[in-house]
Amino acid sequence: MRTRSARRRGAALRLLGALLAAGVILFPLYWMVVVAFSTRSSLSGGGLRLWPEQATLDNFRRVLDSFPVLTWFGNSVAIALVTSVIIVLVNLLAGYAFAHLRFPGSGVLLLVSLSTLMLPVQVIMVGLFRLVTELGLYGSYWAVILPTAASAFGVFLARQFILTIPRELIEAARIDGATHLQIFWRIVLPLSRPLIAVLFFMSMLQTWNDFAWPLIALRENALYTLPVGLLFLQGQFGPDYGATMAFALITVAPMVLVFLLAQRWFVQGFSRSGLR
Amino acid sequence: MTARAREALAGYAFAAPTLLLLGVFVLLPLGGAMVISLQETNGFGEGTFVGLDNYGRLVQDPVFWRATLNTALYTVLVTPAAMAIGLGLALLLDSALPARGALRSVLILPMAISGVATALMGVLIFDENSGFLTEVARAMGLPQVDWQTHGPAAFASVVIMTLWWRVGFNMLIYLAGLQGVAHELYEAARLDGANAWQRLRHVTVPQLSPQSFFLVILNIIYSFQVFDIVFVMTGGGPERATTVLVTYAYDTGFVTRDQGYAAAIGVVLLAVTLVVTALRWRAQRRREESV
Repeated sequence: MRTRSARRRGAALRLLGALLAAGVILFPLYWMVVVAFSTRSSLSGGGLRLWPEQATLDNFRRVLDSFPVLTWFGNSVAIALVTSVIIVLVNLLAGYAFAHLRFPGSGVLLLVSLSTLMLPVQVIMVGLFRLVTELGLYGSYWAVILPTAASAFGVFLARQFILTIPRELIEAARIDGATHLQIFWRIVLPLSRPLIAVLFFMSMLQTWNDFAWPLIALRENALYTLPVGLLFLQGQFGPDYGATMAFALITVAPMVLVFLLAQRWFVQGFSRSGLR
Repeated sequence: MTARAREALAGYAFAAPTLLLLGVFVLLPLGGAMVISLQETNGFGEGTFVGLDNYGRLVQDPVFWRATLNTALYTVLVTPAAMAIGLGLALLLDSALPARGALRSVLILPMAISGVATALMGVLIFDENSGFLTEVARAMGLPQVDWQTHGPAAFASVVIMTLWWRVGFNMLIYLAGLQGVAHELYEAARLDGANAWQRLRHVTVPQLSPQSFFLVILNIIYSFQVFDIVFVMTGGGPERATTVLVTYAYDTGFVTRDQGYAAAIGVVLLAVTLVVTALRWRAQRRREESV
């Protein structure tokens, strides 16, 4: 039999382990904040310092003065919002079709859609670049939005969720003479609110942080999203870590805030993504 | 029109927007990439047809083989490490702990952070002149590690930042799986005299095998796609020590603008991805049969 003190020691060790892990995760973020608020001279001075000697906003001022940060911020918001709305809408429609409607080839179409999730963008980027150029979209917002919205990411989630809506509910509406569109609009959509929240937040997160394709598709400085702008700024400022981290903080803070506030939806979405 | 035909029509109509987007912006470019891989082109205007030349070049290109090797090494390191740490943390958070919710929030926080920002934090920590680790080593009189100019060290730094970024997700999946493990199993094992390690090995791990299966596939696929962290943190250097297939494809396609060659690298990536997907389906079918 284990004694009470041994059990208490076990609990203490577990807590210690968890705190240690949390520390490892938090430290780089903490360090980013410290550097962002440190003066230039204290950063170049060398030596180990775990907090800023005097907090300063100089780095933020320097970044905001030399780069169109607010424009980039606006671009990121606009692109993430439009893309996410499209993804939620089309994936919900498809999820309903694959969950409750019988049509020839639906199994194969679902499989093909889901397989596209496995493709790294680098496989198609050359073809996508040529397509976007030929469509006259290269360098515009739509060159980012449309390829990013072409995602089956929510189809699986939507299908699984809509499958849990009782069939009787849908059959009853059908007997009452409702069309498929009316059923979707009046029964499926209102019951899918939690699903919509999960899908929307996850799409926002992904689009906000997306980097590889926007880097290729956007040409003009004024249209950059935040991650692309961040790379650009790092190239310009080089070893000026204060400025780079100040801007990194600006790009990271909104999503971290949303993530913490809406954590329930993210946890649900991630926990269920692809799991059967 | 019969009800059945109407239902089928509605099915196609509802699925159409997603299918159309996927067709135009994924499948069409995929076909395009295959065609371009047979051309020599800088990406502007029509290229010239060169047959399988690009693939012939691949076979003889040492950088391509280095990138392939690095991708494989990265996958082999990240996948088990992310899963093992993820499982360990999930077990910790599944037990009685004070402030469990807050701890979970912290551990999954990196999921909200972009790859670019993660990589820049990595630079901040691993910069060999003024990075945090360098300052720590200097203050404690320890030998310096050339995190940026020594190949293996640079590779390790990329793996470490990846784990920082990915462990939370692995933990979350395992945590969800642990909710489904029946407590009677632990009681039975305890009555049989199994110690904590044996209970983990013979009860928990087998019960979590659906989650493990899912995570193996996802971590492998993710590892093939690692771009942001490598691109921003090391740019593939020093001397190609951290170049992976996706960064090499980007460099050839959009820096040296040898797009036919980049497309060929993409097709190789596609082939590897297909093999993994096929293995997944086969394994899944076998699992379902054995249940």
